[in-house]
Amino acid sequence: MLAQDISAKEGRPSLLTAWARSRQWDWRITLFCYAALAPVLALFLYVRIVPIAWSVVLSFYKWNLIAPLKPFIGFTNYELLLSDENFLIAMKNTLVYSFATVGFSTVLALPLAIFLARKGRLSVVYQTIYFLPVITPMVPMAIAWKWIYDYNYGILNFGLSLVGIAPVPWLTDPEIALWALVIMGVWKVIGYNLILFLVGIRNIPASYLEAASLDGATAWQRFRHVTLPMLKPILLYVLVTSTINAYNVFTQVYVMTLGSQAAPGQAVRMLVFDIYQNGFQYFRMGYASAEAVALTLIVIGFTLIQFRLVRNAPAQEA
Amino acid sequence: MGANPRRTIWARLWVALVHCILMAGALLMVLPMLWMLATSFKPAVEIAVWPPQWLPQAPTWDNYVGIFKTAPFGRFFLNSVGTSVVATIAVALTSLVAGAVFAKYSFPGRRLLFQLIIATAIVPFESYLIPLYLQLNSIGWINTYQGLVLPYLFMAFGIFLMRQHVQSAIPTEYLEAARVDGASEWWILRRVIAPLSGNAMAAVGIFAFIQAWGAFIWPLLVANDQKLFNMELGLTAFQFRFSSDYGKLMAGSVVSVLPMLIIFLLLRRRIIENMALTGLKG
Repeated sequence: MLAQDISAKEGRPSLLTAWARSRQWDWRITLFCYAALAPVLALFLYVRIVPIAWSVVLSFYKWNLIAPLKPFIGFTNYELLLSDENFLIAMKNTLVYSFATVGFSTVLALPLAIFLARKGRLSVVYQTIYFLPVITPMVPMAIAWKWIYDYNYGILNFGLSLVGIAPVPWLTDPEIALWALVIMGVWKVIGYNLILFLVGIRNIPASYLEAASLDGATAWQRFRHVTLPMLKPILLYVLVTSTINAYNVFTQVYVMTLGSQAAPGQAVRMLVFDIYQNGFQYFRMGYASAEAVALTLIVIGFTLIQFRLVRNAPAQEA
Repeated sequence: MGANPRRTIWARLWVALVHCILMAGALLMVLPMLWMLATSFKPAVEIAVWPPQWLPQAPTWDNYVGIFKTAPFGRFFLNSVGTSVVATIAVALTSLVAGAVFAKYSFPGRRLLFQLIIATAIVPFESYLIPLYLQLNSIGWINTYQGLVLPYLFMAFGIFLMRQHVQSAIPTEYLEAARVDGASEWWILRRVIAPLSGNAMAAVGIFAFIQAWGAFIWPLLVANDQKLFNMELGLTAFQFRFSSDYGKLMAGSVVSVLPMLIIFLLLRRRIIENMALTGLKG
């Protein structure tokens, strides 16, 4: 009764002030914070928020850079996309590229991470070597791979000739070029996956594996029933982030398949290349923006899937 | 101790196999770089030969001299250095300020702003190139240095990393002690937080450097004039012009890769740890 009376008497105002006080919103501090953040926020607004929002807006316009009229056309760009052969090929190629690159690099990196899990000088040396491709810039390495894949004098075809395989037109045959890109993609990203797996494996309490050993579990059983379930959150994280990164593939496509002899860009059409071509070579910027929105939606979709799966992963709280 | 000998033999064989696999993998990782290096020292007559030779028979610096003579690679290199250094300093500073404010202060909009910054980091840069290009076009920054470097001055993950650092490594009591002594918030930022954040700023700066050094698609759009080309763009242009001159192309590639390798080998541990922490890629 008494408590009710008190809250009835001064409930509202005291709640408000208590709320303000609990947040500790001091106007001087607030002023300082916004003053300090001003340059960062201005930059953030100009190079992230505005272009992201504008790309959505542009996608509803027939926006040609050099045309005087830029009419609003609703969802027409999106409808056109669905029947645009180049776009559909690009979607398919990018999907295959991403899944293949991520799949192979994960399957290869996981055992390597387990081998390197024990701490030691040698492990550090291996980690360093496997990480080298991750750190090297894309353009020079893509040129180096182009030279490796060279039809006439490439070291890869030479290696194949030693085991009696006829030279492979790595970069000129579209079907094969996609896989040439996958091989390079795996080479580039494997060290990154390896490091993340290594962190995950080292975070597994040694007592879990010891307990499994004492119970007579074989190495495979320990991997299957202890390591793998404990690794699930990081595995999901790696799968999703690598897929997102692979979806943005552009530089190596530009460098490796746009040779002077190969048909420019047609060899292996990827999503970002299609955006680049429509936007900056044909100046169809509204149309290219619709493609860009599609790319963003795909990436957001993968991210949401990851959030969902990680939340449901039982190993996380263990 | 006293384990049955058959098992130890198998165990040893297993260890040997693992080492073989690791070594073979490591070899595959470095082979493209070694091949690049070897090719860059070969005279033209040794490049298009069958079967390919691993090592140059008559090693020469001609390719390296050649790239600086036939194309302005010196300029490309300086452009890369310049833009990367500017990006590094800007990202380190903006990340420090924003990270510290988000970590240690309470103000209206804090949660929302921080979440917005992190959420937009997911959106791929490639997907808003067109509007960004139009924006810079409208203020006349296309084909300028400031236009080249602008998108690389801000890094959401840098802010994230710095916030983590300030939250975990700088006790709030330090700030309060300074406040009791009458210090202003600006003073605290400069004299308390900044000096304790050197390492984290360096980590963030390295990422900004790596990112700006490898920049390709943005410079491809913005730099029309060869004077503004960075190494990556210079190499690509060079590739179209001398498509089969792999000696020179590999020399240029070595020049572009080398700074990254040096930075990586010097700061290996921090780079690997932070990449693992943030999931950020170079």
